[in-house]
Order: sequence, then structure tokens, then C-alpha cells
Amino acid sequence: MTMKSSSRQIDGVTVLDLSGRITLGEGSVILRDTIRDLIGRGQKRILLNLGDVSYIDSSGIGELVSAFTTVRNQGGELKLLNLTKKVHDLLQITKLYTVFDIKDDEATAIKSFAK
Amino acid sequence: MGAPTAIDHTKMTANRVSYTLDSTLDSVNKVEHTAEELAAKIGFSEDERHRIAMAVREAAVNAVLHGNAYDPNKKMMVSFENTGQSLVIKVRDQGKGLDPSTVPDPLSPENLLKQSGRGIFLINSFMDEVQIRTLDPGTEITLVKHVGAPASGGRGGGS
Repeated sequence: MTMKSSSRQIDGVTVLDLSGRITLGEGSVILRDTIRDLIGRGQKRILLNLGDVSYIDSSGIGELVSAFTTVRNQGGELKLLNLTKKVHDLLQITKLYTVFDIKDDEATAIKSFAK
Repeated sequence: MGAPTAIDHTKMTANRVSYTLDSTLDSVNKVEHTAEELAAKIGFSEDERHRIAMAVREAAVNAVLHGNAYDPNKKMMVSFENTGQSLVIKVRDQGKGLDPSTVPDPLSPENLLKQSGRGIFLINSFMDEVQIRTLDPGTEITLVKHVGAPASGGRGGGS
């Protein structure tokens, strides 16, 4: 039920592989803490891999938006990778699909970050 | 059916089941799970089951978090009814009440990047009928999904 997060470094980009549910409570908190930790360490180019995220509720959407604005306000970039259909639909009906930079190929996504 | 310690009172008839639950995240997860199970039993598609469960989760989050504010003395009452034509879910809290007209439109440009305020919108998007009733005290939200209705999700909903 809960969310798991692990990170990789590729060409100066931090890829966060998330899995499980980003919902009110633990999932949202893990995402918030992870983003804060990365920014604190100066890692401001972040690719969130949501390929194994099965479910996001409104709190999770809020956390994604918050992560996006926090990183952007620090002069960084946060992009999304590998949305499942459910998450894609959710971002579409909330009109956030055009707000986020959404990628479906990791190598292309990595290259798209400003150097 | 979840952690029995969280349930003070459960009533069940052939087509209706109701719970009185503590104002906790466990209760939210429980009613979401119950919604998913009932929707599957009634025969809703996988997509519709997901939407129903998510709408019920959002309603329960509103009740527990915004209504009852996790107050251990306040309860959330949830009922599920299969009328044959529809699945009807009522979620009631004992909080200070919600005026739906004060909920901002999360799709307007100035609200798009706000962290919260999408729950009611998602509920409206995912269900066929939604009614919000102010009680004294508290709020009751009624969610209706018709059996065999065309797939929802694109209605936009408003606030």
C-alpha cells in the first residue's frame, strides 16, 4: 500500500523511482521529504519516474505540484516520466498535464534537462 | 472488513451497509477499500471501480481531515447502498460544515498550482450525481454512480 522511493544519478540528473501510492499520509510525506532532501544537497534537476505508481489521490497531486514549484523556485527543473494511464488521466482532468514537463523515455528525458 | 477496533457500529441489511468510524487515515483507507469491493461486486468496470473508490476516498478525506480535523471525539458515518439502479454512498462528518460555493475552482489559472482544493472537483468528475448537505453540525455528501451508465470522467465538474 505504501510508497517506496529510490534514487539514481545519471548525467547530473537525479532520477527518483517511485512505486506504490502517493496519497494523504505516508506517501505524500515521503515525496515531500525526499524532494526537500535533494534540494538541500543542491540536486535541483529531478526526474520523477512514476511508472510503478499505481495510485495518486488529490493530496498526492498537491504534493507533485508542490514539488514542481519548490524545485522551480530554487532555479531547478522537475519533470515526470512514465505515467500510468490512471495518473495520466488524473493530470489531464485537473489540467496539470500541460503544467508538468512529461516524458515517456528516460534517455530523452535526461537529455532534455538544461546543462 | 478492516480493523474492527476502528468500527464502533456497523449496520448491515441486504443492500445497505453503514459504518461509524474514527476520524483517522485508517478509516479513509477502509471506506476506499469497501467502495472498491462493492463496486466490483455490483459489476462496475475496472476504470469505474477506480473512479468510485477515489471519489469515496476524497469524500472520506474531506470528512476526516477538513470536517472532523482528526478529532477523536468526532466520527465519520459512511453508508453504501446498492439500489439496483445505482450505488449510493453517503459520507457524513461532525465538523463545522462545508459551503460548496466557497470551494475555489481548481482549474482556474490562479489556482492551478495550488497544493490543495481538488477533492470536490475530482468527486464531481468521477460520480454521476453529487449532493452536499450542510447539517447541524457537520456535512453530508452523497455520491451516486448509476449501474450501466456511460463512463464518466470527462464532465469537468466545476468546483
